[in-house]
Amino acid sequence: MRHFWTIASKEIRSYFNSPIAYVLIAVFLIINGYLFFSIVSFASRQSVQLLRFQGAAPQINLNELVFRPTFHNMSVVLLLIMPILTMRLFSEEKKTKTAELLLTSPLTISEIVLGKYLGALIIYLSMLGLTFYMPLLLSIYSQLNWGTLLSGYLGLFLLGSVFISIGLFASSLTENQIIAALASFGLLLLIWLLGWAAATVEGTGMGEVLSYLSILDHFDGLLRGLVETRTVVYYLSLVALGLFLTHRVVESQRWK
Amino acid sequence: MIQVEHLTKQFGNRVAIQDLSFEVSKGEVLGFLGPNGAGKTTTMRILTGFMPATTGTARVAGYDVWESPQEVKRRIGYLPEQPPLYNDMTVTEYLKFVARIKGISPKQIKNSVQQVGEQCSLDEVRGRLIGNLSRGFRQRVGLAQALIHRPEVLILDEPTSGLDPKQIIEVRQLIKGLQGTHTVILSTHILPEVTAVCQRVVIINEGRVMAVDTQEGLSAKLRKSEKIGLKIKSPSPDCIEKLKAIPGVLNVFHETGLGQDGYPYVVESQLGQDIREELARYVVANDWGLLEMRPIAMTLEDVFLRLTAEELER
Repeated sequence: MRHFWTIASKEIRSYFNSPIAYVLIAVFLIINGYLFFSIVSFASRQSVQLLRFQGAAPQINLNELVFRPTFHNMSVVLLLIMPILTMRLFSEEKKTKTAELLLTSPLTISEIVLGKYLGALIIYLSMLGLTFYMPLLLSIYSQLNWGTLLSGYLGLFLLGSVFISIGLFASSLTENQIIAALASFGLLLLIWLLGWAAATVEGTGMGEVLSYLSILDHFDGLLRGLVETRTVVYYLSLVALGLFLTHRVVESQRWK
Repeated sequence: MIQVEHLTKQFGNRVAIQDLSFEVSKGEVLGFLGPNGAGKTTTMRILTGFMPATTGTARVAGYDVWESPQEVKRRIGYLPEQPPLYNDMTVTEYLKFVARIKGISPKQIKNSVQQVGEQCSLDEVRGRLIGNLSRGFRQRVGLAQALIHRPEVLILDEPTSGLDPKQIIEVRQLIKGLQGTHTVILSTHILPEVTAVCQRVVIINEGRVMAVDTQEGLSAKLRKSEKIGLKIKSPSPDCIEKLKAIPGVLNVFHETGLGQDGYPYVVESQLGQDIREELARYVVANDWGLLEMRPIAMTLEDVFLRLTAEELER
């Protein structure tokens, strides 16, 4: 298992050697900054109105008014850009035949899969870390509930972990990066839409199953500060599923 | 060092290699010769543990490639047909990465990179991006990658393909230098390459071993008659008939395209019978003007063509 860090650091280096990491982080931060700005200005207009009606300084819940919608918007942005982050992980190695080097070195497939996963996860974490200016900025002017905020960040982290795991799986299926990106986007959207399906059959047993499987319901719980075991288990099992499938695909391709 | 027994690999219905068996002893350089698509790459991929065989076994340094792949992979250096290079790394970065995944201890890495860089003459390109290197340097970085952990066994898939003549000679010299300390399997479809560096040859065609032998052994085995090349300045019109009349001569024919001056002939005689003296005396006695006379050994080209042609007849 000691080699998986070698693979992870190689992945991180190659993200920054090419423009991918810079462009991706820049796009994420710009869109995010714009969304944050418009949500904050909306919230400040609302608080001014509240001030006028009540005549006294209102107790505004910034977590509810600003961060919950911001994080929801962020999750949609992630849905669109995470496949771009993960598409190259295996596809590129196959296309340039460097997979042959990895698979004929004394590495286990688990080390390769986990190393690549960790590499992409670290890029994502740094992306997420850079958005931390938002709560820091608001905490200068107002009171924040840090517990709820961190629970929201945990939600974003877990959501991204699942996205990367599914994206890694899609990337292992093909040597074409575009197809890898499209396939992972399709898979993620499918999981996303499960929540909508759950809403249409609400109240039945089927509805309960679907709503547990819905990635959005769990996410919303975390944004409201509800850190539940079943939520964490749900995300971690999706991550494990993605990694397991990737392992199987890489292993089976040797047989073809 | 390497034992391959009854190896078969099928891709769906297509048989890539069939019942392949051969051995390579320690310190030997073995040439793996065959036309494109004969199954050379497939065999090498099985030996390196990249893909499993359908049936049969292969052992490297006493370890079965299927049962203990990690042990085998630690002992093998592999240069695939297309060198597995990361274009966005510099040469040093790349070699350090390879050193790490090959399991070289962290203290040794710098040393190993330095040594292999010298061995493959990479000093001038150490800091450059691999993506910007010429074909020759890329191939040498690929070779360095295979050598970095000082493996006992080296498997090189067409190591000189795409290089210019000077680079080809350099790479061959490098491989020759490995003889004795490393066991090398080298695949190629270029025959002179085998003549230049290999001690033994395995010829495969359509997935089957057609011959395993030393070069000399192969051409001796396949030779059905002694051949002598003869060049004459001014032959008489009936000289073919006259030559045929010499005792021991089986056949005489005119050979075109053997040089500018004189008239070239090929004289065949029975195997093991030396008729050179007789021939020389006869030509001189007739005053035809003997310019040149030499025994014609079979080149690997002939061996190869004959083997594949015999296969077709069957």
